[in-house]
Amino acid sequence: MELAFSSDQRELLDAFEQFFSKESGPAVVRRAEPLGHDDSLWHRLDAMEVWGSGASTADLAVIAESAGRWIAPVPFVEHAVASPLIDEVGAGIATIALRPATADGAWRLVPAGAVADVVIGVDGADLVAVRSTPPGSGPLNHASAPLADRSARDGVRTVLGPAADMAALLARWKVLTAASLVGVASMALELALAYVQERQQFGVPIGSFQAVQHGLADLPGMIDGARLLAHKAAGAIDRGDDGRCNIALNEIDDPLALASMAFVFAADVAAHATDRSLHFHGGYGFAEEYDIQLYYRRARGWALILGEPTAELLTLADRFWPETVAAQGSGH
Amino acid sequence: MDFELSPEVVAYRERVRRIVAAHNTPEAIRVQHETGTFNNPALNRALAAEGLIERAVPGLGAGDPIELWVLFNEIEKAGSPVDALGVAVMIAGVVQHVGNDRQKAELIPAVTSGEALICMGYSEPDVGSDLSALTTRAVRDGDEWVINGAKMWTTMAHEARWVILLARTDPDLPRHKGLTMFLIPMDTPGIRVDPVHTMATERTNATFYDDVRVGDDCVLGEVNGGWRVMSVALSFERGVMGGTNPGVPLLEHTAAWARRSGRLAEPAVREKLARVAIDNHVAALLTQRSAWIAASGGLPGLEGSMTKLFASESYQKASRWFQEMAGAEGLLQLEQPGAAADGWIEYDARHSPVTTIYGGTTEINKNNIAERHLGLPRARR
Ligand SMILES: Cc1cc2nc3c(=O)[nH]c(=O)nc-3n(C[C@H](O)[C@H](O)[C@H](O)COP(=O)(O)OP(=O)(O)OC[C@H]3O[C@@H](n4cnc5c(N)ncnc54)[C@H](O)[C@@H]3O)c2cc1C
Repeated sequence: MELAFSSDQRELLDAFEQFFSKESGPAVVRRAEPLGHDDSLWHRLDAMEVWGSGASTADLAVIAESAGRWIAPVPFVEHAVASPLIDEVGAGIATIALRPATADGAWRLVPAGAVADVVIGVDGADLVAVRSTPPGSGPLNHASAPLADRSARDGVRTVLGPAADMAALLARWKVLTAASLVGVASMALELALAYVQERQQFGVPIGSFQAVQHGLADLPGMIDGARLLAHKAAGAIDRGDDGRCNIALNEIDDPLALASMAFVFAADVAAHATDRSLHFHGGYGFAEEYDIQLYYRRARGWALILGEPTAELLTLADRFWPETVAAQGSGH
Repeated sequence: MDFELSPEVVAYRERVRRIVAAHNTPEAIRVQHETGTFNNPALNRALAAEGLIERAVPGLGAGDPIELWVLFNEIEKAGSPVDALGVAVMIAGVVQHVGNDRQKAELIPAVTSGEALICMGYSEPDVGSDLSALTTRAVRDGDEWVINGAKMWTTMAHEARWVILLARTDPDLPRHKGLTMFLIPMDTPGIRVDPVHTMATERTNATFYDDVRVGDDCVLGEVNGGWRVMSVALSFERGVMGGTNPGVPLLEHTAAWARRSGRLAEPAVREKLARVAIDNHVAALLTQRSAWIAASGGLPGLEGSMTKLFASESYQKASRWFQEMAGAEGLLQLEQPGAAADGWIEYDARHSPVTTIYGGTTEINKNNIAERHLGLPRARR
């Protein structure tokens, strides 16, 4: 048992904290808006060869947390999930379409869809990879994320397997997104701590007011809890555990369920932490010039791209209490 | 990170689980709710008979130190009370760390045999969160101490064989420094126990100490070192020894009710159940982390505060959600016909408020975290 990062993981974290803090500071993030992609940062990150087949989900989650802390304008999570499947298709940015293609073959609002060379997703009964020219732009959105619609039919299309194979990709995406949301939340807390110690009102730092302290003091436990859950999920994915969900004993090893839990919880924590942090910045928190608004928008945008949390929770409930699914004759 | 328990710990857990299942009977539960004494003596003895309590005592047992958490987590998940045995085991651990030979020889076997309970006399009628302001006095008289004062909320005092009593021994020293911890048999002349009844059926007590005379060998740890002894005790307690997963039996009771009543098919019900399952799991992981830190030789004070804060707040949220979900039937108590979840939803709605109060209130834990973890300046209060 070891409920902290291993020494290897701490080194990994240090290395990426150095990289992102230097290469993806707030000026870089702002310059990349509204598209939300910095191609030269991407190439420098790509050169670090983190995608090697040896990278475990747990190690990638450590890096994703750092990318989240610096809200790096690169599709780290999407590429980490999709690229292992496209060796035969070739290099470039890869991503996944979170929802199946529409009847007329469109993948809607694909994360990193504006910049990805290859999109993997479900089209009918198949999991397919489609290589085509990225549009380079997309709809303006809350998180300044490079979203775009992509075609599941036009381009070089390869069938990778049955549509059911998508579940494992989605689980990895949820876990790594959860880890990056942990990073968003932890940096939002750090921004708040710096601000409330510097800002003075009534002749004292606002961080000496108990109301302000108590608004921040429940965050570290939630953030630590979100990190523990994300890494429990990552470990389950890496081991390929069987699907045990025993709610009565609170024992859950199932990778898909844990991924979903980690995602919902981290999304909640990131929304909450950015909300509190922005609030304790007062009016400046609302100003474009302050960094917390960048975090506030990504906390929501990175999570809600999967859809409403309720749908995720209902799917989880189906796994936890499957007898009702049987009674209804169908799942969600 | 590695969340796996070793095979020995898994084997320990299975034994505990089997014994808890055998002794957490409807009859035992009925007696608890009838008497207000939330203890299960038969369970304690059965665990002791297999050596499972001794293994878990911090610093004593042959077991993996993580077994302390496993023991109380299993009892709690089954919906069986944890506090009575929990306090006894915690104090056995404190005695093991700082006690004298006689204290060790008398108290530890009494606890590990499942026979003796111990109560904690910290809080007073006028002193709660600001504990170092306590006024119970112990004055030296020859080679004895004479103790006078009143304690409040001395839970299990009516059953316990000993009390650990925090008293002021030197009023001239700064507040935290003039306190001493005593370990006193409850049958010592001059101790009186009056019941205090609570909203959640559980009985606690007011205790009074009137010229109670004890020898030097009743001092636990150093004279004027009581605050440190209490910190050791707290580090075992907070977030390690149970009290952080009450949402598990609540969820189980509620899901079973939802299944029986057909409500489980409703999306609004399923969404809330799933949310509580997530919170329960996070609370367990935070607890496991505190336990891991303690088992690795650390003092998980702040992590314990974070765990206690998250677990108690999310349990309260869950119990409110479930009571609202159950509607009018959620108001009916245990054994009442038609009660939602056989009355457990109503019971948890009555019980959950205390979890953000005892063992350090939410606000005190937030003060701790703000000052010692977040590094914020001492608050203006
Ligand atoms: C059922 C039950 C069992 C208990 N068992 C035991 C036991 O066995 N042994 C024992 O010694 N004690 C026991 N306690 C006592 C328990 O530890 C205290 O209730 C707790 O420490 C709070 O103290 P208090 O009740 O005096 O509240 P107070 O300290 O008076 O607090 C009242 C309110 O003010 C808030 N507050 C106080 N100080 C601050 C501050 N600095 N900043 C912000 N807010 C503040 C508190 O958070 C709380 O909401 C028990 C209590 C209960 C209810």
